[in-house]
Amino acid sequence: MLKGFWKLTWVETKVFIREPMGVIATLGFPVLIFVVLGRMLGTGQVGAVSSQEPPFNVPVLAALVIAVNAVISLVAIISIYREGGILKRLRATPLSPVTILGSQVVIKLAFTVISLALLVLAGRQFLPGAMDVNLVSFTLALVLGTLSILSLGFLIASVVPTARFAQPITAAFLYPMIALSGLFFPLDQLPPTMWALTQVLPTTHAVSLMLGVWEGSGWGAHWGNALALLAILGACTALSPRVFRWE
Amino acid sequence: MPAPVICVSHLGKSYGPTVAVEDVSLEVEEGEIFGLIGPNGAGKTTTMECVEGHRKPDRGQITVLGLDPLRDAAALRQRIGVQHQEAHLQKRIKVWEAIDLWSALYSRTVDTGDLLGRLGLEAKRNAWFMTLSGGQKQRLFVALALIHDPEIVFLDELTTGLDPQARHAIWSLVADIRSRGKTVVLSTHLMEEAERLCDRVAIIEHGCVIEMGAPAELVAKHCPERQVVFTSDGQSVSELLKRELGSDSVVSNGTTHTLRGRGEEFVTDVINLVAREHIRVRGFRTELPNLEDVFLKLTGHGIRD
Repeated sequence: MLKGFWKLTWVETKVFIREPMGVIATLGFPVLIFVVLGRMLGTGQVGAVSSQEPPFNVPVLAALVIAVNAVISLVAIISIYREGGILKRLRATPLSPVTILGSQVVIKLAFTVISLALLVLAGRQFLPGAMDVNLVSFTLALVLGTLSILSLGFLIASVVPTARFAQPITAAFLYPMIALSGLFFPLDQLPPTMWALTQVLPTTHAVSLMLGVWEGSGWGAHWGNALALLAILGACTALSPRVFRWE
Repeated sequence: MPAPVICVSHLGKSYGPTVAVEDVSLEVEEGEIFGLIGPNGAGKTTTMECVEGHRKPDRGQITVLGLDPLRDAAALRQRIGVQHQEAHLQKRIKVWEAIDLWSALYSRTVDTGDLLGRLGLEAKRNAWFMTLSGGQKQRLFVALALIHDPEIVFLDELTTGLDPQARHAIWSLVADIRSRGKTVVLSTHLMEEAERLCDRVAIIEHGCVIEMGAPAELVAKHCPERQVVFTSDGQSVSELLKRELGSDSVVSNGTTHTLRGRGEEFVTDVINLVAREHIRVRGFRTELPNLEDVFLKLTGHGIRD
């Protein structure tokens, strides 16, 4: 069935690329945020355009936007495919459900890595020194974070009633998660119940891990976040088949 | 008589409080076109999806090619082809890509170039799915259902929403599938379609099979009435007809005479009578009952009500 998996992944990639608006939004939006905010706020790096210390880490925000974009796109695709009976038609073939969803995840992760590469290129061009980080480590952190948020996206995709609501409902889940991710203010300022809530959200741990890598403390100091992301991924993946609707 | 390839006995399926299938039992024989006919919401699609193994029945037994559709789903998928009602593919997938993807999923496939040719899709190889017409989309779905050379093909409301020309093209495709030795199970609410294509039909109403058999047999059994309508300028034709056929069987309206009778011989009898009595006829037509009339008679309402 591996042959079917790669064929499906390749066809789905081509189908995705044929919709220019989707591609531009996926790849262009994070770069735009990165460059515009980086120029406005500075990046706190030596030799940065603006020397002042920015109020939050702009590259990590851009990376988080990449992850969130991937999730919104995934939920939209699943809901459109479900509403149009495409999921149902694919399920009537020997393809297993895991293969069908797995190929979408592979595509989203591939585009996540491409987006990050564009970010690095844009940084070299417009914000010298802004992406001065261990790129392999940072990419791995972003991919793990994206994967974990994507698994939550599957649960969201299960409750989205129609394709029309996919975008607003996903945004309603994800934007507060970005706000509460710890990127903009320290989470220990929150009341205890709110703080506890933020600790089960994948965005919080993704941000903490990426900031750690950024600041050079690395995976060793943030293994707890990595473990939490894996735990959320495992829990959501285990829960998905129970709640997922194919039609 | 060939062995049945599909056996369904006392199938039942509900969605919450809504009963979709109450009690359906039927057998489909190898090499026939079997039709599930009935109005929308009668339970045709649910019955079909249970047989295909896409839905878990609440009650009843189903065997397809000797397999249990749920337990042996993987094995069955290689041997049956399906086309869903109102299905779609990815908007921007090309025809050849869909065919290519589907071919990669099965262990055995037919010559896809030949298949596209047979279905008249060669010129559309590079077209996106979203740009195809309704008839072309349905032909593509037929192609996808046939790509692995299945033994049974399920076609759910194949021609709904198509214009008459596209519908006729699809009908000849379905007849062609049978001529290659396949079994076809189709659902339709078009009685003309069932009558033209099906060797046997099951009439489904409120989740139950209310009648089953060859279309012509069902018509002969439930609607044996024949009607002949002719126009004649001749004098006292009405009186003559009433004398010969009985006054209840003749309704005359000016020069138009409507004669009602039953059985195979009725039309011949009328023709002989007209010839014998030298009645000069300006127009002559027979009106035979069809499945639509059978449906009306059995359910008390038309199929579109």
